Amino acid sequence: MSDSQLRLVWIYPDLLSTYGDQGNALVVERRARQRGLDVARIDVRSDQPIPTSGDIYLIGGGEDRPQRLAAERLRRDGGLHRAVGNGAIVFSVCAGYQILGHEFINDLGQREAGLGLLDVVSVRGEGARCVGDVLGDIDPRLGLPPLTGFENHQGVTHVGPNAKPLARVRFGNGNGTGDGTEGAYNDTVFGTYMHGPVLARNPHIADHLLKLALDVNALPPVDDRWYEALRQERIAAATQPA
Amino acid sequence: MAGTSDPLSPRAKLAVTAGKTAAAVSRAAGRGSGSVIGGRVALKLDPELLARLAQGLDITLVSATNGKTTTTRLIAEALRAAGPVVSNALGANMPAGITSALAERNDEARFGVIEVDEKYLIAVARETDPKCVALLNLSRDQLDRAAETRMLAENWREGLTGTKAVVVANADDPLIVWAASSSPNVIWVAAGQMWKDDAWSCPSCGGVLQRPGDDWFCGECGFRRPTPSWALSGDHVLDPHGSAWPIHLQLPGRANRANATSSAAVAAVFGVPPQVALERMYHVQAVAGRYDTVQFQGRDLRLLLAKNPAGWLETFSLIDPPPTPVILSVNARGADGTDTSWLWDVDYTRLNGHPIFVLGDRKLDLAVRLEVADQNFQVCENLDEAVRLAPPGRIEVIANYTAFQDLRRRVGN
Ligand SMILES: [Zn+2]
Repeated sequence: MSDSQLRLVWIYPDLLSTYGDQGNALVVERRARQRGLDVARIDVRSDQPIPTSGDIYLIGGGEDRPQRLAAERLRRDGGLHRAVGNGAIVFSVCAGYQILGHEFINDLGQREAGLGLLDVVSVRGEGARCVGDVLGDIDPRLGLPPLTGFENHQGVTHVGPNAKPLARVRFGNGNGTGDGTEGAYNDTVFGTYMHGPVLARNPHIADHLLKLALDVNALPPVDDRWYEALRQERIAAATQPA
Repeated sequence: MAGTSDPLSPRAKLAVTAGKTAAAVSRAAGRGSGSVIGGRVALKLDPELLARLAQGLDITLVSATNGKTTTTRLIAEALRAAGPVVSNALGANMPAGITSALAERNDEARFGVIEVDEKYLIAVARETDPKCVALLNLSRDQLDRAAETRMLAENWREGLTGTKAVVVANADDPLIVWAASSSPNVIWVAAGQMWKDDAWSCPSCGGVLQRPGDDWFCGECGFRRPTPSWALSGDHVLDPHGSAWPIHLQLPGRANRANATSSAAVAAVFGVPPQVALERMYHVQAVAGRYDTVQFQGRDLRLLLAKNPAGWLETFSLIDPPPTPVILSVNARGADGTDTSWLWDVDYTRLNGHPIFVLGDRKLDLAVRLEVADQNFQVCENLDEAVRLAPPGRIEVIANYTAFQDLRRRVGN
């Protein structure tokens, strides 16, 4: 491995790649290459060990049974813990977000242990499934423009004291707790309920992950014309009643 | 035996008549073909009407995520060699539409060939007592509201347990094999599977499936690909005796040759030999406008419907090579599913070298997708602009469900 190579790890595409979230890997990879970086994208199937020397790890959403299987295999593997210990950046969506927390409700209706990498606990929502476009304001400490995404989940996630909500929703549900929070993050681990995929709707978050991984404050600009056009359209759509 | 007795009670007859009247009113009011609304009225008057209409017919049910409308047409065409067929050829595949189609039957009808929406397969099977059930494939579709593909397979598996029907099932799709493997009488068809991303996880135990070459198996529980008795091999159907029969279709692509193979296996269940079945299938042209080449603004446009990642993958494999221009149109209305994330499961680098023109309600989602795939594309306001900008040659037009309907309306097809 050369020092100039960015190692991008896409965790368990065989289990957690049901809702187009592999787009997040494609967006990070593309935007890194546009900055002249050499990118190694490593897709890790659930019968393979998680490499511990990656720079950015991405986990997507998935259905209930695959989510349980993924949690079992990630707990047994232990590689993601070591990677985070080494300073790796992790970005997770929906089922993947729940897995990174302390626990969630699995497909059998039982409490399933997560990885405890993010101080959140997920339960099953009692109300209607949260489906639709979302608009939110990202934690101002991150200095990022508004969050747009598409949510589709029954889960409700409570953010503990050792994590911060990623955003406050203006339209949509987010964490589903009723307090307007959406997603969670700490220094290096991020979670969100947003699909879309979320990094295609919010390329600035992809750049934020790259900056953290590269330990730089700025990146050369790239042509964001189509991303911006899509953002404007989806932000307008989120404010319309369904 | 059909035609020897009238299976319809007075109440059922009244329901059929009321349904037909409602359909005619709907047609006159310009609200589509009227088949669904007619069926709904009829079913309300007589909830058992579907079962009654199916009586005396040798019923085949066809279900899948992709290709069920086309395969229904192919089977219907093949079975006409053996007798009159009634079929929901227009793709109205929920109980109301099916009821409406069967209400058109006359006393001579011998076969019923019925396309069924995946979610209604078991309910319709319960009503219609099919002789044959054809299961082609299962993959992700309409992410915002579809049931899990594995849950659907489980639902089919439970519903078909011990069925009297002969099940014709695709041995190359692990979810289909799981669904069919509770049936006592299965005819396995090696129909292929290009899209594999919904079948890496063993449907039985959750283990990781191993997929060497065309084979597949679970290393943990032993669930594995059954030995097929029919197979698609290039341009030929291999029958259980090992004979190869050439496929001549007007419909393009590998997926349709797979559909023809499954259809030949179904036809054989009813005594129609493969050579006869395949010859008849040649007569199937465009199916509800799909695969149709139309003239628009002095140009040839081929209209291709692709509703989900598996469908897009099959469609990319049949289009003319670069530099053939390609128009892509995507909507996200109710019938399409309102989440466009699936676009990211489609490998658009397969369009390398094609000039691409993008339209539809969600053209900006497509634009970002194509930008990230490093494709050469232009975003257009409408079909007219895209056709005007496209370089010479036949244009391949690929659209999802409501976008396809919009296109057909625009080109007057
Ligand atoms: Zn297994």
